[in-house]
Amino acid sequence: MASVVFYFQVHQPIRLRHYTVFDKSSRYFDDNKNAQICKKVSGKCYLPANRLMLELIRRYEGRFKIAYSVTGTLLEQLEHFSPEVMSTFHALAETGCVEFLAETYYHSLSFIYSRGEFVEQVEKHCETMKRLFGYEPKVFRNTELIYNNELAHQIEAMNQFDAILCEGADHILGYRSPNYVYKPQGCQKLRLLMKNYSLSDDIAFRFSNRGWTQWPLTADKFTQWVNKVNGNGYVVNLFMDYETFGEHQWADTGIFDFMRHLPDEIFKHPDNDFKTPSEAAMAYEPVGEIDVPHLTSWADTERDLSAWLGNPMQSSAIHELYRIENKIKAVGDEELLMDWRKLQTSDHFYYMCTKYFSDGDVHKYFNPYDSPYDSFINFMNVLSNLHKRCERPSIADESRAPALG
Amino acid sequence: MRVFMLGWEFPPFISGGLGTACYGLTKAMDKLGIKVTFVLPRAVQGEHSTHVKMLSSESHRPITGFMDSNLPNTKFLTVDAALYPYSDEHQYRYQIEHDLAAGNSFTQARQNLPMANAGHYAGDMYSEVHRYAAIAAELALNEDFDVVHAHDWMTYPAGIAVASRTGKPLIVHIHSTEFDRSGEHVNQMIYDFERQGFHAADRVIAVSHYTRNILISRYGVCGDKIEVVHNGVDRSNGSNGDSSLSEAGIERDEKLVLFLGRITMQKGPEYFLQAAKRVLEVMEDVKFVMAGAGDMMHRAINMAAELGIGRKVLFTGFLQGEQVRKIYQMADLYVMPSVSEPFGIAPLEALNHEVPVIISKQSGVSEVLTHALKVDFWDIDEMANKIIAVLRHQPLQVTLRDYGNYEVRKLRWEDSAAKCARIYNETLVAV
Repeated sequence: MASVVFYFQVHQPIRLRHYTVFDKSSRYFDDNKNAQICKKVSGKCYLPANRLMLELIRRYEGRFKIAYSVTGTLLEQLEHFSPEVMSTFHALAETGCVEFLAETYYHSLSFIYSRGEFVEQVEKHCETMKRLFGYEPKVFRNTELIYNNELAHQIEAMNQFDAILCEGADHILGYRSPNYVYKPQGCQKLRLLMKNYSLSDDIAFRFSNRGWTQWPLTADKFTQWVNKVNGNGYVVNLFMDYETFGEHQWADTGIFDFMRHLPDEIFKHPDNDFKTPSEAAMAYEPVGEIDVPHLTSWADTERDLSAWLGNPMQSSAIHELYRIENKIKAVGDEELLMDWRKLQTSDHFYYMCTKYFSDGDVHKYFNPYDSPYDSFINFMNVLSNLHKRCERPSIADESRAPALG
Repeated sequence: MRVFMLGWEFPPFISGGLGTACYGLTKAMDKLGIKVTFVLPRAVQGEHSTHVKMLSSESHRPITGFMDSNLPNTKFLTVDAALYPYSDEHQYRYQIEHDLAAGNSFTQARQNLPMANAGHYAGDMYSEVHRYAAIAAELALNEDFDVVHAHDWMTYPAGIAVASRTGKPLIVHIHSTEFDRSGEHVNQMIYDFERQGFHAADRVIAVSHYTRNILISRYGVCGDKIEVVHNGVDRSNGSNGDSSLSEAGIERDEKLVLFLGRITMQKGPEYFLQAAKRVLEVMEDVKFVMAGAGDMMHRAINMAAELGIGRKVLFTGFLQGEQVRKIYQMADLYVMPSVSEPFGIAPLEALNHEVPVIISKQSGVSEVLTHALKVDFWDIDEMANKIIAVLRHQPLQVTLRDYGNYEVRKLRWEDSAAKCARIYNETLVAV
């Protein structure tokens, strides 16, 4: 039996506007740029991809299944700028073939810095899933698949989840295969699904790479690889950014056609099927325990946190941010709290990364700043204004115009 | 490979970027085993350092030869000529009068030359450039070389003359154009010299893409023949060890923001002062130091007073050697607000001395530095914003400094010299 488990990460941050030390306004976010990017990605990816998924779900009458993790920061933007995408998500939710996962509403690194804040954000995200899609999430995934034993314990203690997701990194698995269901170290009932990074990256990263020996990747070739799992595994966990469709891999690479034909090929083998993460986690017994004492993620070859916390600017910015948590919460101003939370989105720290900087990596494509230094300066200026608002909530807030969210 | 190099300045007489670049490049070429005959205007007046050995001093000719024990493959020839880097006609006249008053020998020397038009040279840069060209062309007949390499406009006529007398390929190197120095108010004579040089040359070497674009758009030079060779930086004069703080006027707990360079229009001193004003509106304990001399120095002093920040801005005048090292050790941040900077070696030296830098986007050096803050020279608020950020946030200062210092180590004169050698070879094949 090989169950294909698709989970798509759907996320956009709420980007900051250019904010200098001389700015006094408490409007921090660049509504124009955010609208522009949201509309662009909606047109190239979210809308056509959602329509394709709907088409496939209808064609296979409930046998094709997928899962999404949609962040709160994106949902707020979609409601404002691309309501048509929201209606396709509603339609997808109604099919019953789509699972919505839980994560931190603000796509944050709060698990590492504040447990209280972390729990609040997960709850806020669960409530949003319930409110928008009528769905109570049963599976949790943390920002950027950041994971360790402690996270699993925390999630189990919240007593509302059946399973959690994690990167199937070599250094965690060793000789073992990601194609089984596992149990996190020290957990009683929580189950662990591990990303098959090799097959996931064949689609997400290598699909259009003409230098790759397997190019072009066709649905039947990919299915042959999936079929090989039959006999030595039960699940094939394909976890990737939803923007793979149409944004990272442009439509003219054939990525949509690949997806359109994939279920047909998968179903040709009688033992194959599609499952949602919660179905997969419950369908198979855990074969062993996975011990992850150190934090891991799905990023880069290092699979660590260096993309967000790798240099002194990043760690200083994030420490300063969480240091004012109590102050912010003591003020009791909802807008102030929301602004603070929007600053927690991991992308803000990713922009400060100097790792890719010198070799002009693809990561730069997604960075609204000219340099990581500019992004740090901007962030710290905003943070300093936010801090002032804690001390004099009424005075610092000089020119608040109706803003997003 | 043997090069007839028409260059500028030689330590310890280096007054700016042009001399630093010529020297750095030649030193690296020497290391690569390229034989260089380095011709430079103006006699080295007696006081050169100990490692210099005079080859000849033929009193009837304006030419002196010497070797430098550190550069075994390089022969130096100095020509008594009244040419100075960065001159315009006004400065030129001033310099001539200054030299005459000091009783320098070039007047004597040039009278012995058959082509000299005695008595009418003063203030006439045009004649002097041509006189230099004639001497160089004569000089070249006794030298053995494969290519001619000339640096900036004053040596272009000499380069053209040498190339046409010997039939060797001509490479002209451009470190700064008339548009960089004078904005839109270009000196037609200088522009013509530059243009002539670019068009006569087999290949043109520009110090940046920024400069290459100026050559294409302003001088009508075909882009195919312009190669970009970025400058390097000499590691040997980096920071080392002890420093004693608390120089006159600078308190220990004060931050120090440094402008180091000629105080001229091109370097944007007024933008530095306006940004300083904005910084001081937000922060108290900061001093701004303008190290350097130049034709805008008095205007800058007045401007600081008019802005009401006079007591926060210190003018040091022209600094050299140990003084430069000291000021870098005291600085928290180096700012180069140049209006138009073909390259800009100074920020590399600042990073070499572990001082983080803010550089103008209108500079060639911004093409090679990633670990620097970059601003448009006219964007005072953004410049102030960034100055404040560096002074306030230690992690930013540390990251810029450490990564920048590491990055600068990769900018080596040896690589620039190797690129030049490749260009030499290409011209030889083409000819």
